[in-house]
Amino acid sequence: MCLFRDMMSYFPEEVLEHVFDFLTSHRDRNAVSLVCKSWYSLERFSREKVFIGNCYAVNPERLIARFPRVRSLTLKGKPHFADFNLVPHDWGGDVYPWIEAMTKNGINLEELRLKRMLVSDESLELLAKSFPNFKSLVLVSCEGFTTDGLAAIASNCRFLRELDLQENEVDDRKGHWLSCFPDSCTSLVSLNFACLKGEVNVAALERLVARCHNLRSLRVNHAVPLEALQKILVKAPQINDLGTGSFVHDPDSETSKKMKNTLENCKSVRSLSGFLDVNPHCLPAVYPICTDLTSLNLSYAPGIYSNELIKLICHCKKLERLWILDTIGDKGLGAVASTCKELQELRVFPSDLYGADNAAAVTEEGLVSISAGCPKLNSLLYFCQQMTNAALITVAKNCPNFIRFRLCTLNPVIPDAVTNLPLDEGFGAIVQSCKGLKRLSVSGRLTDQVFLYIGMYAEQLEMLSIAFAGDSDKGMLYVLNGCKKLKKLEIRDSPFGNAALLSDMGKYETMRSLWMSSCEVTYGACKTLAEKMPTLNVEIINEGEDQVEASSSPDARHRVEKMYLYRTLVGPRRDAPDFVWTL
Amino acid sequence: MEKGSAVFENRDLNLKATELRLGLPGTDEDSGNQSSSSSQVKSNKRSSSEMDGSELQQSGAPVSKAQVVGWPPVRSYRKNILEKKKSESDGSGFVKVSMDGAPYLRKIDLKLYKNYLDLLKALENMFKCTIGTYSEREGYNGSECAPTYEDKDGDWMLVGDVPWEMFITSCKRLRIMKGSEAKGLACCL
Repeated sequence: MCLFRDMMSYFPEEVLEHVFDFLTSHRDRNAVSLVCKSWYSLERFSREKVFIGNCYAVNPERLIARFPRVRSLTLKGKPHFADFNLVPHDWGGDVYPWIEAMTKNGINLEELRLKRMLVSDESLELLAKSFPNFKSLVLVSCEGFTTDGLAAIASNCRFLRELDLQENEVDDRKGHWLSCFPDSCTSLVSLNFACLKGEVNVAALERLVARCHNLRSLRVNHAVPLEALQKILVKAPQINDLGTGSFVHDPDSETSKKMKNTLENCKSVRSLSGFLDVNPHCLPAVYPICTDLTSLNLSYAPGIYSNELIKLICHCKKLERLWILDTIGDKGLGAVASTCKELQELRVFPSDLYGADNAAAVTEEGLVSISAGCPKLNSLLYFCQQMTNAALITVAKNCPNFIRFRLCTLNPVIPDAVTNLPLDEGFGAIVQSCKGLKRLSVSGRLTDQVFLYIGMYAEQLEMLSIAFAGDSDKGMLYVLNGCKKLKKLEIRDSPFGNAALLSDMGKYETMRSLWMSSCEVTYGACKTLAEKMPTLNVEIINEGEDQVEASSSPDARHRVEKMYLYRTLVGPRRDAPDFVWTL
Repeated sequence: MEKGSAVFENRDLNLKATELRLGLPGTDEDSGNQSSSSSQVKSNKRSSSEMDGSELQQSGAPVSKAQVVGWPPVRSYRKNILEKKKSESDGSGFVKVSMDGAPYLRKIDLKLYKNYLDLLKALENMFKCTIGTYSEREGYNGSECAPTYEDKDGDWMLVGDVPWEMFITSCKRLRIMKGSEAKGLACCL
């Protein structure tokens, strides 16, 4: 160790900085900054990319104080279960204070990536006008802005390279935001506006694409018809990620033939998505690009039946990522298994949310075929009608490399379809076999036993989602005691209560957050936890039938409907709305 | 925590408890269960039998599966798209059927038929005409009537070309062409 210290003092700072340049992962950089004071100091001045997984764990001032040279910021706001309507819209996660603080402190922001945050038009305008070198805006599952905000970005960000909007709720003002890109804008590399609901100026889009020679990724919305897309693609044959809009036309028409020819010319396309409206008879137009496709997303395409899908997929031998609807059926998954030997990630989404005994839904059979045919599979999201332990055990044996395994039975408490037993053994096999598992979502009929297995075997697990599972506090305790690397735990509608919550309060400092809704924890226990752990914010969402009068202090025994706690360096947040109480 | 688990020991029945059922409040054996699950429909909120009656009339069929808040866990963005697609396709399956020369139109529910054979037989019965058999090459050549339909794009198509499932979702209305016009269609094929 002495030798090490002496050696380190030989290296001038520039050398160390140069070495640090090679560290791209924020985890590596975090580790490096803990080695000693001088490394901490060096690292913080050289860090350009900062990742903040929970925007309330720190605040803008601390970010700027520690990393004055930050150029790229990633922020996540609402808890994950907000995606499923469990968190009220005005809960928080407003990006404005962050943008404002960076503006005031002369930060040279170039890239902003936001997930589940509240983004107003004012924020976008301030962003667009304050950072002359701004290059990249990525918004995922955000809300609060309109196309006016996008117009501000288009008009003012002279060097914009990336505008990527994924699954946001955007109020479409039917303005001409696309036309706001000045003629001098030629820097676009990636443009994704698939989630916008309104019309776009197609002529402006065509001109924009024509002058952006570096454009690699283009995902349009449903308002861009096939004819327009074809003309656009003629100007962008170098594209490698394409999101089509409306893919409807008479398959025998001139346009359809032109489309096929144009696509044959787009030899770099590796990723295909969109098909927001599709006539299955038009699909053969994309066959030419299927041979080299590595990523295919048909999960928004309604009404393509199993046979059409099979025909298409048979052309995609190099597929590594497939997102699809359950209309593909077990038979279709069998075709995927025989064709897509390079498959790494599969997501099968439900086509019918109300589970009307959907004959087209997939079952355990489809999953077993995939596991047998695709040995490289490491990431799964699977919505299914039913599941069995035997199938999961087989899948675990066939695919020991899962990093993400999310299974969702349409009936949240359905048992093994053959034996009627809980699915404990099946998930147990998954965690035992997949030693690198980082993310797991369980569903179906489950007892405390499954959590015993998870605690015992899921050593690398970082995120666990539980719903309608377990019998007692023991279940949650197995997980908290066993999973040493757990970062995010989210639980709903499960019988875990105070004993589990309070057994190891220090554990929550090692985690990013814990969500519990419709469980058995009481107000008293949450208050105790908040009092004993000042480094945690324990928030109660108090709304609906459960609402307690603000003036009255709730009974300690009163069950809490929604609790969200997270570690933080900056104490209770000051922007919490009335219905969020920080204890 | 025994007390906690007691609430959930009948968890399999929880979904049943959230079913929208007919019957006055208090008749449900689970009504005494004070679960805090957000998916529970509190029985004391359903006030009158009048409301129960109108539920039946509105839906036509009793709701068989509970709709648990936030389950299946699908992002609202995706949910909205699916719901929009569903409402566009008009689940009822009823389409108008016209026959050339007939004084009025009829309506049939496509969902009642299993395949083309079923449908054509029913049409033959309804309109007292012969449609004959379908062939890919010649359509309904030789018969005095040819069944056609208007699809989602507004085009008039010959019945029988596409797979049945695709047909029932894309068919907006039917028209039975008669006589020379029908034969004319056959000649074009």
